Amino acid sequence: MSARAALRPDLAVIADHVPVGASVLDVGCGDGALMAVLQGERGVDARGMEIDPGEVEKAVSRGLSVVQGDADKDLADYPDGAFDFAILSQTLQTAARPDLMLDELLRVGRRAFVSFPNFAHWRMRGSLLFKGRMPVTRHLPVSWFETENIHHVTVKDFSELLAAKGVKVERCWFFSGGRELGGFAPNLRAEYAVFQLSR
Amino acid sequence: MASALASTDSSLTLPQLLPLDSGQALERVTIAYETYGTLAPARDNAILVFHALTGDQHLASPHPITGKPGWWDRMVGPGKPIDTGRFHVICANVVGSCMGSTGPASVAADSKPYGMRFPVITVRDMVRAQVALLDALGIERLHAVVGGSMGGMQALSFAANFPGRTGRVLAIATSARHSAQNIAFHEVGRQAIMADPAWQGGDYYGTGSAPDKGLAVARMAAHITYLSEAGLTDKFGRRLQDRDAKSFGFDADFQVESYLRHQGIAFTDRFDANSYLYITRAMDYFDLAEEHGGRLADAFAETDARFCVVSFDTDWLYPTAESRAIVHALNAVAAPVSFVELSAPFGHDSFLLDVPALDRVVKGFLE
Repeated sequence: MSARAALRPDLAVIADHVPVGASVLDVGCGDGALMAVLQGERGVDARGMEIDPGEVEKAVSRGLSVVQGDADKDLADYPDGAFDFAILSQTLQTAARPDLMLDELLRVGRRAFVSFPNFAHWRMRGSLLFKGRMPVTRHLPVSWFETENIHHVTVKDFSELLAAKGVKVERCWFFSGGRELGGFAPNLRAEYAVFQLSR
Repeated sequence: MASALASTDSSLTLPQLLPLDSGQALERVTIAYETYGTLAPARDNAILVFHALTGDQHLASPHPITGKPGWWDRMVGPGKPIDTGRFHVICANVVGSCMGSTGPASVAADSKPYGMRFPVITVRDMVRAQVALLDALGIERLHAVVGGSMGGMQALSFAANFPGRTGRVLAIATSARHSAQNIAFHEVGRQAIMADPAWQGGDYYGTGSAPDKGLAVARMAAHITYLSEAGLTDKFGRRLQDRDAKSFGFDADFQVESYLRHQGIAFTDRFDANSYLYITRAMDYFDLAEEHGGRLADAFAETDARFCVVSFDTDWLYPTAESRAIVHALNAVAAPVSFVELSAPFGHDSFLLDVPALDRVVKGFLE
């Protein structure tokens, strides 16, 4: 299996749509799995930011350029338009202020990829509606008291934020159970979404 | 040619004058250095390791005076993170030191030791001397420069002042400038040396007495800054030294006192007091941004190297904020940079001690 094939589906979509030779900042890059694919298979100049020192150490020891930092404040260290793309995968919902992080993302990157779990997926709705409990699902398997997801967001919420900020949606993709969905009723059917954005 | 295991202990006298930041120049500069591992025919596998304030070229071979293993023995050797089976590793004694390279204890043109006639040097002067060594060795471009503490300052200075001559820069537990607190601690040490009557204005060579008491106090004060508060507490707490009760006197009642006194005295066996003055001065003068028009990012404008900056969470001498300032500057010029703050209990000295995460980062970055 290639490194590309081993990627989480949202990361694989991002990997397929970053142009060859682009410059990229992967915010919340973890151990650098996406960066490694971008750099190794698409000749991308990939940089990363990650808050967990153990993950940074893994990324650095595979030869990637990753800076330990907190996306809530350390994106300020980068100049305007420093990258062709800024990538934020499954991190927006953990931000102290997702709206401000989105601004920062589109400041340091001329374009951005943002992926996030959709809290309006029917399983989530079912859990709240029928059980009266905060959902613990296959995609978000952590209880309310220990989850890092502090700003639950839906596809509809995110789209409204983008509209309010005048951010342009260039493309979007929706996923359930690791498979890409068509565009029908994504706010109900998608477990998570990927948006390609520009100002 | 050296094998991966054996080191070669060499020295070279530069044929040309060494120009200094002070405007002066040094003639007949000798540089003592060691090499490990074999230089590839393409001359492209060399790593230059810079030593810290009281370090020396004995990177991974026993110290000639103390007999102790080289100061980075745990990091450098066959199969170790800086793998001498793959890399040709060079470590040179800095100018101003006392382990074979020209310094204040060396003999000047008038056949007398320089003493305080030795010119004040800078970190950039130390780097210039080592670049002259590389030129003499026929090494145009290094695989990497590596250093911790003052060694990290040299690594940054090398990258800034000799862009194109290294592919990688690894700077550990260091800073792009000496802070007021850093300068203050050094000044305490220098005053301790100069207050010792045996210092004799620096002309103590051949007099039968040297400012060992002052140098020992300087080392004691500095040594505290290399450790963490928690580390000291763990190691010594308030435990008493070889006694059951306090003496109500000024003996070394506490273990920590006894330890520091020992560190101070042992240091005087292997280090020259004037060298300590000159090298601490060089560190205090270090401000990489100032050298480049006041903006640190401009120091790295020409570099084509990949950088890795490492700090330790318990290092209060060169805390993480100093490393972040370096990373910030590198980001501003879009240089490829990695940064990690490692967790280790040993304070500033962590870069010399058993921190497996550091081994992994060093190895991975140099691959």
